Parts: sequence; structure tokens; C-alpha cells
Amino acid sequence: MLDFIARRLIAIIPVLAVVAVFVFLMLRLTPGDPAAVIAGDNATSDQIADIRAKLGLNEPIWTQFAIWIGNVLQGNFGESFFFKKTVAELIAQRVEPTLALAICTLLFAVTVSVPIGVMAAYRQGSLLDRAVMGFSVLGFSVPGFVIGYCLIYVFAIELGWLPVQGYIRIGVNFWGFLERMILPSLTLSVGFIALISRITRASVLEVLNEDYIRTARAKGLSNRVVLMRHALRNAAVPILTVIGLGIAILIGGAVVTESVFGLPGLGRLTVEAVLSRDFPTIQTVILLFSVVYVVINLLIDISYTLFDPRIRY
Amino acid sequence: MFSFRKSALAVLAAASVGGLMAAAPVQAQTLKVVMHSDVKILDPIWTTAYIQRNHGYMVWDTLFAMDEKFDVKPQMVDKYDVSADKLTWTFTLRDGLEWHDGKPVTAEDCVASIKRWAARDSMGQKLMASAEGLEVVDAKTFKLKMKEPYGLVLQSLGKPSSNVPFMMPKKTAETDPMQQIKIEDVIGSGPFVFKADEWKPGEKIVYVKNTKYKPRAEPPSGLSGGKVVKVDRVEWIAMPDAQTQIGALQSGEIDMIEAPGHDLLPLLAKDKNINLLNGNPTGNQYTFRFNSTAKPFDNTKVRHAVFVAFAQEDFLKATIGDPQWFKVCKAPFVCGTPLATDAGMADVLNGNAAKAKQLLTEAGYDGTPIVLMHSTDLQVLTNLAPVAKAQMERAGFKVDMVSMDWQTLVARRVKKDPPNAGGWHAFLTSWVAADILNPVMAGFFNASCDKAMFGWPCDATIEKFRDQFAKETDPAKQKQIVEDLQKYWVDHPTHINVGQWYAPLARRNNIEGNLIAPAPVFWNVSKK
Repeated sequence: MLDFIARRLIAIIPVLAVVAVFVFLMLRLTPGDPAAVIAGDNATSDQIADIRAKLGLNEPIWTQFAIWIGNVLQGNFGESFFFKKTVAELIAQRVEPTLALAICTLLFAVTVSVPIGVMAAYRQGSLLDRAVMGFSVLGFSVPGFVIGYCLIYVFAIELGWLPVQGYIRIGVNFWGFLERMILPSLTLSVGFIALISRITRASVLEVLNEDYIRTARAKGLSNRVVLMRHALRNAAVPILTVIGLGIAILIGGAVVTESVFGLPGLGRLTVEAVLSRDFPTIQTVILLFSVVYVVINLLIDISYTLFDPRIRY
Repeated sequence: MFSFRKSALAVLAAASVGGLMAAAPVQAQTLKVVMHSDVKILDPIWTTAYIQRNHGYMVWDTLFAMDEKFDVKPQMVDKYDVSADKLTWTFTLRDGLEWHDGKPVTAEDCVASIKRWAARDSMGQKLMASAEGLEVVDAKTFKLKMKEPYGLVLQSLGKPSSNVPFMMPKKTAETDPMQQIKIEDVIGSGPFVFKADEWKPGEKIVYVKNTKYKPRAEPPSGLSGGKVVKVDRVEWIAMPDAQTQIGALQSGEIDMIEAPGHDLLPLLAKDKNINLLNGNPTGNQYTFRFNSTAKPFDNTKVRHAVFVAFAQEDFLKATIGDPQWFKVCKAPFVCGTPLATDAGMADVLNGNAAKAKQLLTEAGYDGTPIVLMHSTDLQVLTNLAPVAKAQMERAGFKVDMVSMDWQTLVARRVKKDPPNAGGWHAFLTSWVAADILNPVMAGFFNASCDKAMFGWPCDATIEKFRDQFAKETDPAKQKQIVEDLQKYWVDHPTHINVGQWYAPLARRNNIEGNLIAPAPVFWNVSKK
């Protein structure tokens, strides 16, 4: 197992190298000039040229890449073109809201979607099953921002139960943190619940037709035990895979959700950085997302062994 | 019967209640505002972006400032005089000016600040090019010596919009003008103090009242007069989503939105707890910019034909919609300002496609497609290019409208490549009126070839008019120069003004005192 983990961790290096080269080249090939953004609308061409020179953007592209990658290897992710702050500092400031949103969404989505998926499978063809399937189609189809606006309108503006937007750090005021997490997590969860509940239903349905389930029932085990101990455990691997894949959806969804709910997280930082062509920030955030994605997939792979003892690395 | 124990307890209780009352914290008045953009850069001299200008007005003060009637009034300056030959200007700072770190504001600070500003600002460059020297006389006095009489000394030092000549401590002002000042150098002498420890880019920027600030005695007017701060703290909340901003204002989570989208104004107008205020009655001006170096726009007759083909109302209806928030105005120096005039404008901006077609034939237009850059992500600009395309096509132009996001457009507009190889022929943008009040200030009138703004018009006559204007000290004669310039410019346009529009701010009804000014400022604003 340790050997497997070590191999997977080493495999991150070429992945990151490819991501780094790809992101760097994509950014340089995309139209847009950070110097022109910094200089503002009233700036002259000379002023923009001066800023370009100061930012080192006149250097040949491979020189720029070599400088950047050299700094990254030394743990220096550079300084944002706009904020007089290092990218590491910016990310450190923004990571908490995104992490909180991801954890709340995951917890909420898994707590809701797995039981309803299991129930839908168990009562295949019933009203509940149709409702779950209907919801999952809706959850896939309605864009996150529409769900967000609807929730804001009902729960924040009409009922006044929850704030429209903003973020309070968990250490500052726990209740303030929680009430500002409910609507964004709910918004982001909808698509996730749709995905997981559908896969859970399909996986459990497949397992329910297996001989060992019939045997378990014949032994006189209760439905709850059959479902939870035998069916769900054996259906867990595809569900875990989907949860892992869903992290990517979550990262993408966070970009929209953070904008709608005014959360100062990494998603918004990415959007702002892209719109203003803040190259050092974009490069680092994408590298970070890549690491997160690879590590989560590794954790998911490891977790397979907990549910299926036949899997060995 | 008198009971010592009871009396003692009563006294103790009273004292403790009194003590509690005395110790009870007074709720600080915090104004929560969503500005048009997040503050990413802290140096208002390094960039011309409006959000940095607004940030500048919070932290720093100015030597002079423009009032509601466009007159320039002393602000940090107590008194000034000009020699009989109009060559030497002497400025004396008023008493009690202090930086936020407690050090006194000196003439040395101001001289260094003017020099740094002048290195970045076009009006500042023109001022310093006409100056022989800028020297410190004593701790509170400095002199500006001109080579010849110059009519825009006060207008330059009291320039209301980007770049504003903000006064900074000498150490900060000595920063390379091409480098941004450091966060620890965001120390001004203005009415608010920047809270560096609370600045979280993408979340909020915080200013607290400068309790040591000594406002002028005059009532506030525009950007001039007494800057009396009536709240303890101002927070600019970064909230990128327009719909969320509206929700937050309606629910009372924020107090004000600087620039709500025009499509959302009807929603706000219906809300009884919210009112809309046009805090900048001169507003903004939409502008069509030519690349005067690219064929066929290197031909003045072709440019004039576009002027003849355009009609402002179509642009304004397509972008703003509600006539309450726009004005058809032919004056390039903005209706409602001292230099507004329709001189020379009778035959243009009337949407006369037939006349434009005839002009194009005379000019020998060969059907070269016009590469019109269309920005798609800024709502106030998005619909301008399609209107321009339609009006130009009606007049016989072939138009290739290229859609892109604003930042791509910003990068492309500085390229002099041929239009069909990454360059451009034209694009549309918007100016804050306060930036275009006269021909020296208005960047698109600069026709000094390569030194001009993107579009690079090259016209010695326009430059001659601009120089005359700068040197003229008599306002009546300045106005005459503007009229003459305008009559010439209509036939040799560097750009076209396609309408004036207004962006009201939305505030909750408990907010009062917003000043009518070209930039949103927060002194005099109170929260009931």
C-alpha cells in the first residue's frame, strides 16, 4: 500500500509539469495584456509599455517560463501583478471560504443523496423513485446561479431568515459562519446530489439483484441491515468514484457560487485573476487545483480498500 | 428607618448601573458600500482606473479641488498668489495639516507629490513641460515658476479625476512613478485612514475616520470645502454579482451601491426603502474612437462621414434604455459644463446616412472592412458596437465586428498592427465627464501622433489649438479657442461623442449627505 501511495505521489510530478507548461503557454497565447489592465483606461501606449517592461513581460516567453518555474521550485509562487501581495499570501487568505464551502457541500450532498439513492433503488418504480429521478434531472439541468438567485429571493429577501451574501470566518463567529454557508452549500449541493443519488440508485439496484442479497434476505436479516451492510457496502466503489469526480464539478461550481454569494474564496480569485490577466495568480491557483484533484483521487482510490477487501495495491 | 446596608447596596447598584452604562460600547457607525469594482491596486498615481481614484479621495487630500460649479478652490492650500507677469505661482499650505502617522505635511512633500503625479498624468506632463521649476520656499510654502503664462495651473492641480494630484509624504512620493507604492506607504492626510490590517482583496477594504483631520470651514461643494466625516468607518465590500448587490441592499446588509446596473434600476425604484441619486449630474460620455493610422480612417473625410452617419439616441436607447438616465448632447466637452458648446456640430450626429454615403464616395472609400472591436462583458458598453455597425452599414461602410472581452480589447487597442492582422479600426468606450472638461484634459483630443493615446491621431492644427488653450489665462478667450477647435475637429475628428449617460447610486433611505461630485466621496455622508 505504501509503495502504491509513494508511486502515486511521484506520479503527481509529471502531471504538474504538464499542467504548468500548458497553463503557462495558454495564458501567453490568450489575448489580453495585464499591463494594459493595470494602467487603466486613460493610459497612453508609452505608460503601458513601461509597465510591461517592469513586469518582465517583454522577455522571451521561454525566459519568462524559466524564471517562473525556477521560482516555483524554490517555493516562490511570485507576486500578483495587481495586489502588492505574494500569490501564496493571497491564496492563504482565500482558501478558507472555498474549503468551508466544499466541506459543507460534500457533507450535505452525501448525507442527502446516498440515503435517497438507496431508497429510490429499494423502492424502484415507486413515487419516491420517480421523484428522486425527476429531481436529479432538474438538478443537472438548472444552472447553479439560477438556484442561487431563487434561494436568495426566498430565504434572504422574502423570509429574511438568512443573509444574502458574505462570509464570516469560522473562528470569528460560528453562527455567523454557519448562516452564511447554508445557501451557498445548498446551491452547490443540488447538482452534486443529483449526480450521487442517481449513481447510488443505479449501483444499489445492480447489487440488489445479486445472489448474496437474496441469501441475506433468506437468512431473515432486516431490510435495513440488508441495504446498509450488504447492498450499500458492495455498491460503494462506483459511488466513491463519482464523489471523487464530483470534486472537479465542485471546484467549477465554486467559481459561480462564490460570485453569487459574495464569498471571497479561491473560485472568485480565479475569475478575478483571469479577467485581469494576473498571470502569476492564475498559474498558481490552477497548479493548486491540480494538486487537490490528484490527491483527492488518490484518497478515493485508497478508500476503495475499506469497502472492498478484494482491492489490494 | 434608615438602613445603612440597604443604602450601601442601593449606592453600589446605582454605581454599577452607571458604570455599566458608561462602559457600554457605543455602536460605531459603519457605512457598507459596494463600489463598481474591488480595490486591487492601492496607488492612485500608478493607474488611471476610477476605483483607485475613489480610493485616493478617501486617503489623500489635494491642494485644490473642483466645486459643484466647476470652479477650482483651495483645499490643502491656504492661500496662493500669482506674480504680475503670471509666471510665478506661490502656494502656502494651511495650518494643522498632518499625515496619518502624525507627521506634519510640508511643502517638500507637496513638491515631490506633484513631480510624481506629473510623470504619469498627461495634464501634469503638459504643466511641467511649461514650468521652469518647482521649488520649496519654507516648510509651508512652495513656488511654481512657468516659462510663459499658463492658463491651466489651478485646473491641473485641482484636476478632479484620473490621475488626481494627491499629496503624499515625500518618502512615498519619491517612489519610481512606474512602480506601485507599498502597502505600508498608504498614508495620506485625507479624511479617512486606510486600515491595512483589514484589507482583504476580493473581500473588503476598510477606512476609518481620521479623527485628527481638520476640515476647511467652508461647506462642502463638489470635491471642495469642508470634508466633515460623519461615520466612524466605511467598508467597501467586494461583491461582483449585480443581482446579489441588489438583494444585499434590499435586505439592508449594505447601505449603498455605487453603480447598480441600468437594467436593475426599475427593481430598486420600486423599493420604498431605497432611493436613487444621480450624484454626478455631468455623468459620462460614450465615445467612438478611430484608429487614425489605419486605412481608411487615415482619411479625415472618411472619419467625418462616420460623424455624419451617427445618431446618438440609438446608442443611448440600446445601452441605457430609460431616457431619465441619458441625454442626447452634441457638445464634446459635456453638456452642463463651462466649455459646453454646439459650435460646428449642426451637420453631424443627425444619422444622415445619405450624406455620409456621398462623403464616402467623394473620399474614395474602397470597401475595406472596418474592424470594429466589440466588448461583450461590460454591460454599459456591450450594445454600443452593434448600433455603430448598423449605422455605419446604412451609410455604406463594410463592418467586421469582432467580439471580445474588455480586457482583450484593452490589450488590442494599443497594437498598431494592420487591422486584419491583430490591429483595429475602431472601438467604443466611455469617459467620466470630469476627465474630458477641456481639450488638454480630454485624452482623445490629444493629436500628437505617436505620443497620443491609442488611435494615434496626428494633427498639428488640433495640437496648436490645445497649446493655445493651455497658455490662455482668460476664460472667455479659452472658450473661443474651444469653439474654433471644435469647428475644425468636426471635419478632422479624432473620435466621436455618441451621447451622455448617468449612473445613479442606490442607497437606503437612512443614508444622507452624498455630495454632487464627479467622483463618489464619503465625507458628509451620514447614516441615521
